[in-house]
Amino acid sequence: MTIFEKAGKYILIFLKYLSLLFFSFVALLPVVSCVITAFKSDVEYQNTNVMTLPENWLNFDNFINAFNKAGMARAFMNSLIILVCVLLFSTIIGTQLAYVLNRFKFPGNTLIRNLFLFASMLPGVAMQISVYEIMYKLHFINSLPGYIVMMCGTDVIAIYIYIQFFENIDISLDESAIVDGASYFTIFYRILFPLLKPAIVTACILKGVGTYNEYYCANLYLQDKNKLATVATSLYTFVGPLGSKYNLICAGVIISLLPALVVFITCQKQIYSGLTAGAVKG
Amino acid sequence: MGALTKNTHRRKKRTFSEWIKSRDGQKVLVMVAFMVVPLILLAVFTYIPFGEMVNFSFYNMKYIGARKFVGLKNYAKVFSRDDCFGALKLSLYYMGGSVVQLSLALYLATLLSFKVKGGNIFKGFMFFPFLINGIAIGFIFKFFYTRGFVFDTVLQWCGFQLDNLPYWLKDRSINNISLVGTSVWRYFGQNMVLFIGAIMSVDNELYEAAMLDGANKFQQFKYIIMPSIKTIFVLNVILSISGSLSAFEPPYVITDGANGTGTYFVVMHEIAHTQQKVGLASAMAVVLLGIIFLVTIFQKLFFKYVFKDSTQ
Repeated sequence: MTIFEKAGKYILIFLKYLSLLFFSFVALLPVVSCVITAFKSDVEYQNTNVMTLPENWLNFDNFINAFNKAGMARAFMNSLIILVCVLLFSTIIGTQLAYVLNRFKFPGNTLIRNLFLFASMLPGVAMQISVYEIMYKLHFINSLPGYIVMMCGTDVIAIYIYIQFFENIDISLDESAIVDGASYFTIFYRILFPLLKPAIVTACILKGVGTYNEYYCANLYLQDKNKLATVATSLYTFVGPLGSKYNLICAGVIISLLPALVVFITCQKQIYSGLTAGAVKG
Repeated sequence: MGALTKNTHRRKKRTFSEWIKSRDGQKVLVMVAFMVVPLILLAVFTYIPFGEMVNFSFYNMKYIGARKFVGLKNYAKVFSRDDCFGALKLSLYYMGGSVVQLSLALYLATLLSFKVKGGNIFKGFMFFPFLINGIAIGFIFKFFYTRGFVFDTVLQWCGFQLDNLPYWLKDRSINNISLVGTSVWRYFGQNMVLFIGAIMSVDNELYEAAMLDGANKFQQFKYIIMPSIKTIFVLNVILSISGSLSAFEPPYVITDGANGTGTYFVVMHEIAHTQQKVGLASAMAVVLLGIIFLVTIFQKLFFKYVFKDSTQ
């Protein structure tokens, strides 16, 4: 290797790390600046630049204030209820649907797959114009169960993850169980469902993050913000008179994204693989 | 489902209770039991509203109260009103943003697919914005772009004068670009993860063979990485067209569509849920869905003919 090649190699390595550092900085800056501001007292916030570090990193006043002002105790409770119900129901109906679509050949199988695929292409914001009317007729507006039922609806990515997983479970497993006289329900719940666990974990993490972060429909259908706010919509408290108290707002924002951060740190692998699986098929 | 009932008729020699206990009967039973709920949900929350939307678009109506049939008048309005169809012009900003976003994602995915110290940490940092809820993003960027706050401070570190900097969210010559920036910020990490996934799906032996043959990094990129992600890259480029046409979130959560940042969907949302002109909003939705549908057909044809060889 000549000296030029060597120099060139080191320059490339330098540029590589420089770009990675730069774009990591870009990705983190908006969030980090929020964290910095969330720890500042009112006086400090008004008299220092936003990027000046706070005097006291243990000043949790803003967090406590934001938590109380936005009624986040209730919001976390609501979000938890929504999350548990949506994950439970959508896992059951999603795996069952995938089982039928993967294991049974029947006319209409492809049609049903395409119906789900087409549904996922329709932009949600546009659909809510007329879904709103349906929700109104069903008395689902301002109703937690109503919102939960709506959120359980079509989730093509999860269905694809399950179908893909079923494809890798040998069908001879089903066949030998049939020979032993097991019913289809037994095969599904006793044999296949436990095997699906990794796929269920992946799909639930994706769906869970999506449900937790959902705010458009929550805002539209859960209008009683005192009783029915979710964590995301509870942040609307800060629109209006509190709109310029960014130390308070930032604290609220940080609280709202903590659960997603925890899930991300603990389940990185599943999130990445879930996204990739959904994208390749979808 | 029609075929299923035919099936039952053919086997009518047995009684129904015998049939339901048989394998075939069990099969039909489990199929119905497992599919009825998801199909009802699909109908109630997608296909019935879809039909309703088309129906609404011919009426002058609110959610509650009398409706008046107006024929195609709503559609005429969509094309003539400046704030409706004209708002689609803003999509060009978002398309430009998608190009930046996808190129950036491809570049970073390529870097990270080679050996990098702390690669997972970099990946995690860049991906995290994807997991933040929309309203939080709204606040984060209102704060970020406020005069003299985060963005201005960082630019001042780089030597810019505050007096020369525009108001990022108010100045009509720049505010749409500021908003597109937030969208790029949010999604480039996610795109990057998708691309890394595609690159990693290539057999490792290929890289080893290439190394043995003396291929340099650039040749590896051109002959191994590029072909492996060509499909997903083009798919994302085309998806970004419909994504840009239906751009909604950045203006909705950050500026509320003020100062000329109202995209087509933001205007539509306002017309539907604030002004309650449901008919007009439905017509807007139908028009855009039509366009997206055309883009999708184009995409399918494109893949069928251009990628015929590579998908085999």
